[in-house]
Amino acid sequence: MAGHSATEEKLDHLQHHFIDSDQQFEASKMGMWIFLVTEILFFGGLFVAYIVYRAWYPDLYLLASEQLDTFWGAVNTFVLIGSSLTVAMAIRSAQLNQIKGLIINLWITIGLACVFMVIKYFEYAEKFAKGILPGSYYSYEGVAHEKANIFFSIYYMMTGLHGVHVIIGIGLMLWLVYKAKKKVFHSGYYTPVEITGLYWHLVDIIWIFLFPLLYLID
Amino acid sequence: MATNEEIKNRKRIQVRRFVPEEFPEKHYLNEEKGLWAWLTTVDHKKIGLMYLASIAFFFFIAGVLALLLRTELLTPARSFMDADVYNQVFTLHGAIMIFFFLVPSVPAVLGNFVLPLQLGAKDVAFPRLNLASFYIYVIGALFTFYAIASGGVDTGWTFYTPYSATTGGNVMAMTFGIFILGFSSILTGINFMVTIHKMRSPGITWSKLPLNLWGLYATSIIQILATPVLAITLLLLTMERLLGIGIFDPAMGGDPVLYQHFFWFYSHPAVYIMIVPGFGIISEVISSFSRKTIFGYWAIALSSLAIAFIGFLVWGHHMFTAGQSSLANMVFSFLTFLVGIPTGIKIFNWLATMYKGSIDMKTPMIYAMVFLFLFTIGGFTGIMLGALSVDIHLHDTYYVVAHFHYVMMGGMVMAFLAGLHYWWPKMFGKMYSEFWARISAALLFVGFNMTFLPQFVMGSQGMPRRYFNYIDQFQPFHQFSTLGAYIMGVAFVLMFGYLLHSLLKGERAKANPWGSRALEWQTTSPAPLHNFEHTPVIVNGPYDYHKPMSEFQLGIANSHNGHHHHEEVSAKRTETEQA
Amino acid sequence: MNRLSEFMLPPQKSTVAEGTDALFHFITTTSIILLIGITIAIIYFSWKYRRRSENDVTPVITHNSALEISWSVIPLILVMIVFGWGLRGYVNLTTVPDDAYEVRVVGKSWLWEFHYENGYVSVNELHVPVNRPVRLVMSSDDVLHSFYIPDFRVKMDVLPNRYTSLWFEATETGESVIFCTEYCGTAHSNMLATAYVHEQEDFETWLLTAGAADLDMDPIELGAELVSRNACQTCHSSDGSRLQGPTFLGLFGSERVMDNGERIIADENYIRESILDPNVKIVEGYLPVMPSYTGTLNDRQIDAIIAYLRTLQ
Repeated sequence: MAGHSATEEKLDHLQHHFIDSDQQFEASKMGMWIFLVTEILFFGGLFVAYIVYRAWYPDLYLLASEQLDTFWGAVNTFVLIGSSLTVAMAIRSAQLNQIKGLIINLWITIGLACVFMVIKYFEYAEKFAKGILPGSYYSYEGVAHEKANIFFSIYYMMTGLHGVHVIIGIGLMLWLVYKAKKKVFHSGYYTPVEITGLYWHLVDIIWIFLFPLLYLID
Repeated sequence: MATNEEIKNRKRIQVRRFVPEEFPEKHYLNEEKGLWAWLTTVDHKKIGLMYLASIAFFFFIAGVLALLLRTELLTPARSFMDADVYNQVFTLHGAIMIFFFLVPSVPAVLGNFVLPLQLGAKDVAFPRLNLASFYIYVIGALFTFYAIASGGVDTGWTFYTPYSATTGGNVMAMTFGIFILGFSSILTGINFMVTIHKMRSPGITWSKLPLNLWGLYATSIIQILATPVLAITLLLLTMERLLGIGIFDPAMGGDPVLYQHFFWFYSHPAVYIMIVPGFGIISEVISSFSRKTIFGYWAIALSSLAIAFIGFLVWGHHMFTAGQSSLANMVFSFLTFLVGIPTGIKIFNWLATMYKGSIDMKTPMIYAMVFLFLFTIGGFTGIMLGALSVDIHLHDTYYVVAHFHYVMMGGMVMAFLAGLHYWWPKMFGKMYSEFWARISAALLFVGFNMTFLPQFVMGSQGMPRRYFNYIDQFQPFHQFSTLGAYIMGVAFVLMFGYLLHSLLKGERAKANPWGSRALEWQTTSPAPLHNFEHTPVIVNGPYDYHKPMSEFQLGIANSHNGHHHHEEVSAKRTETEQA
Repeated sequence: MNRLSEFMLPPQKSTVAEGTDALFHFITTTSIILLIGITIAIIYFSWKYRRRSENDVTPVITHNSALEISWSVIPLILVMIVFGWGLRGYVNLTTVPDDAYEVRVVGKSWLWEFHYENGYVSVNELHVPVNRPVRLVMSSDDVLHSFYIPDFRVKMDVLPNRYTSLWFEATETGESVIFCTEYCGTAHSNMLATAYVHEQEDFETWLLTAGAADLDMDPIELGAELVSRNACQTCHSSDGSRLQGPTFLGLFGSERVMDNGERIIADENYIRESILDPNVKIVEGYLPVMPSYTGTLNDRQIDAIIAYLRTLQ
């Protein structure tokens, strides 16, 4: 946490209703943690749907997951883990007052997030071309199971919702870069960097669950 | 245990008494003026009032819809609207009352207004987020209006699949609107939870937290844990209609009972989002108007938390006839009875608080007593519905309709009205006519029982809910019920009248018209923009009526009023932390 | 007190009704006693401890272990009694006797179909023998419905793509109303049926002659009978008024405008198709909600309905 000596230098960030920077920082961090709990429950609904259908139709999951490309899924996993590292380094830079390092690390994170989305785009495009479309538009014949459409509905819901979170994360980090360039952050105040980092770790962790659950079934 | 060193430190705090000024010139209502200042305010009190205006509007709309329904039901066949219109009207009555009135009513209106005041804080932890919650609520409402204008919704407020996946109208806009609304509720919950954890004034330990805040805290837990599940459920339902993803639609291989599990996993705890903050208000009101220490502080506080937790495990009691396994039915029935115990404990604690009190039957106290009576009936009939064999008979009949109106309206709305009348002077600095308020409360009580008691009888005799037509034998009950509904309508019009009169021409309220010991009454009425001109210091429990008023008005002179005098403040905090 | 409960509940006409009602009475009576106690306490305290002066001093009573334990434990015991009692009743309701007579029930928006062992199908009329367990195996053709006979105290949801069942044993002959209690759209409240309970012999006679009686009838008369028996009137009027479906009056031979703009003359083939495969052609301004009667009506019956519709000009 921020040392007191640093906080007393600059206090433009302190909102009037807080007593001091520490209270503000702790409140923001706690708020973010609770928000992450709600995110887990939000995805939790989808995981429950996944589990229920997997319990009912175990063979469906075995058959249908063969259509998913494990190689690119694995690449995406490493890309996201890498981006978690760089976002942690961004926080470290902010703590050490290295604004330039902060901006570079944020840019690398944004870059990795974009790589993730591009790979995802090619995965989706390949499936769309085969006729593996979500819901009632599903028309692929290659999976010998009458409920194949449901597996892919769950796949698209889970990865799609995760993708939306990645895009929101990219937006947040662009905003952080903008703020960092305006010299808003310093070792006494980097709360937005810290809580965006928390959010980004969650996005990463959800993918780490999605990857084996969807791609690595057999 | 405090060491000697700490005791010595305590003496260093410069605490003095701050008697609130009567009839202040400047307060939060007149310090910033103009519509724009209101719409962009981050002040929790003003946001609370904006919510108040919004929920009053929605209560009015859904109330008028209820009167239309009751009027249609005067005769067994068509009276003046078609079956399709009737189905849309009851859907909207339910959906608007629940999502736009009941869920936000106590937390977003009264909670927003009173929570920082009771903590002695200047605002909630995230004021801008608080304003954002309000606008998210408004956006959700706009979607709903769009849904109504573009074809309406006739699914019932539960949106059961596959009907909701196949029927006409604009179900998608409606569910999406409620999806958005859910985020308003989640963000409010996060805000309250962080505020209670991090923004308490010096001296407010967990054992000195007002019971209203325990209620709001338990509510926040439910909002945080349950609402995301509703959000994902409604998102899946929206996708069901948009893309036909088939998870809930049997025509595509899905399972409609899975939808019910998802839906009730939120919607049963949601019932506690509506009622638990009501418990908090009732505790405050009964203690204030009995001038007596609350009986069983920890029993009331912890029973709210117990209800919040057990409430997550009973969703299956909405599905006893839905085709789930007998084992599941047994477990859910058992757990349902367990929720009854903490609820019963609260009722007895409130009664014991009144014993040997100094009871002043002012309007808020009258509403609290009405709450006790009606909510007890709601609770007992809940026991009836929890019993498996009887529920098979009563499920989806008017008995259920009557039961949840006793809980939601007899419980929640009465608690809300108790709170509204209790904090009204603090909100607007005006008093209302006690005479008309009592007349209105009496009419409401009579009208309410006339409306819903006959529904218990009808339901037991087998009258199913959501019926546009009914068999002739039920007509006298329906007519009696409709008459009661009109009486309630008159009571609410009367209430609107005297509250409006109070706003325009009401007598000015004193800082503490009820002689309460609670912290929110130790500032001016209406409160100043930053709630207190000092930092309150709390030494007694919130209900220590045996201690003199002067001990409840202590504080530290405050120079930190929104500008940056940091060193001074941080020094002060160091002292207060040790207090 | 029993008077009150008798007034509140419908007549007991099945073997389980008495058990269910006994629990209902128990809860109602206990609740009313407790409610009266609480109400008296509220009124008495409000009067006895009313505020006498602004300087009233109140005692500090924060807890009382004996009281608190008793008002936690006594309700707990009471609700556990209720739980066990309710569970016992529920076990009765779900344990089907081996010799139960089976009837297949299909819920469609908005009618009930009953299929008997000999292939006869009745619509909105359930015929069962008295003093014999009857098991209903139920499913839905479209959305959720729920099958409810208040007089028998039984209810079960009816789902698409899945079978649910319930059983009862009627204890007296007569008629009882059947409701749909799961909201299913426009005519949800018209989805009523009647349960006819017969003596065993009468039931057998009915089952033998039910289909046969039709053979003697004149086609137009039979058509009118079938239109009423199959609940066509729930959605189609015979007097020109508009319900969920188009009226029968003047239908035959008229030109119909479909929702895709196509114009069709309502001849025999059109009507036959509309009965067997109703949602292929939809008249403009109506919704595709009619259930199919394939398997319910045979060719002769469809001919009779067409003959009847011709007379409605």
